[in-house]
Amino acid sequence: MDKKKSILAVFPHPDDESFGRAGTLIKHADNGDDITLICATMGQMGRRMGNPFFANRETLPDVREKELKDACDKIGINRMILWKMQDKTLQFRDPEFLANRILKVIEDVKPEIIYTFYPEHGVHPDHDALSKATAIAVSELSVEERPLIYGAAITREREEELGRPDMVVDVSDVLDQKMDVMRAHRSQSELITLPLDMRIREAPELKEQILEPFSKESYWVYPIS
Amino acid sequence: MQPIEINQVQKEIDKYVNEPIFLHMETSTGSYVRVQDPETLPACAYIRNGKIKFSEGKIVKNEAWFSVGLKLDDGWVYSEGLTDWEVLEEDKLLLAGHDKEGNLKIGLELSKTPFDCGE
Repeated sequence: MDKKKSILAVFPHPDDESFGRAGTLIKHADNGDDITLICATMGQMGRRMGNPFFANRETLPDVREKELKDACDKIGINRMILWKMQDKTLQFRDPEFLANRILKVIEDVKPEIIYTFYPEHGVHPDHDALSKATAIAVSELSVEERPLIYGAAITREREEELGRPDMVVDVSDVLDQKMDVMRAHRSQSELITLPLDMRIREAPELKEQILEPFSKESYWVYPIS
Repeated sequence: MQPIEINQVQKEIDKYVNEPIFLHMETSTGSYVRVQDPETLPACAYIRNGKIKFSEGKIVKNEAWFSVGLKLDDGWVYSEGLTDWEVLEEDKLLLAGHDKEGNLKIGLELSKTPFDCGE
């Protein structure tokens, strides 16, 4: 087993820590690493309300907070920091304000690795705003104090612009657990998980093939100059 | 939320006439549309806790959806594509348009007290 590490995940929405990243975090938890999550908004502006819908615009934040707590328990996240900022407004905030909030947490938990989106490759404006702020926060530390930033790049042109990922985590050994974590974000994931579960029920022998797209998680190291 | 029942919703709208109220209105393509189609322009319009007062408010049935228009002293508010409604905490009227997968496409909400707006 590797030495126990301190890990910080910095994401704007409940489910960003899980969709595409749960496997990596589960593996950290299995290693006994200490995981802190900053979730900046409550995902108040999500348009998925469940399928069929069971939430509305006003009840969605509470629904998503409960889903996030459940997902964090299932992953093994030790500390959940909820800022409850307004969804989709992070790009309009002062990046230094966001960076200082992140820096305070970094100074507290002293992470060796930070997971966030890769700036300019997050697709959603909140993803890019928060990952840029994370990079600013890290740049304010002395070189030897700086954690490594593993950025999730989810644009179509990520490999054209960034090359091959610096780290590809094979999560096939924790895939059932990862799918359970995704199911915890029921309002946001049913659209994906219900059809998958149905396909697997109809053809259990194809399970591995059906879940193959979820079995690898890719990260690019974000350089801090 | 429940499918819109036009007479009931009209009665609810009438409860907000001629008094200062808070408006939430939104519509959005979502920020992820460019993942499927890089040529698509993401578009979103949003106002939360806009203070308005309307003298006439009407819900109209179109084809499989409804529209609501509110006549302000100095202008208009309207929404098209509404399908479902709910009264929340007795002082909020929620109207929304959902697609067949349950995603919210448009929202129009009226309240006598401010909507929660994050920290």
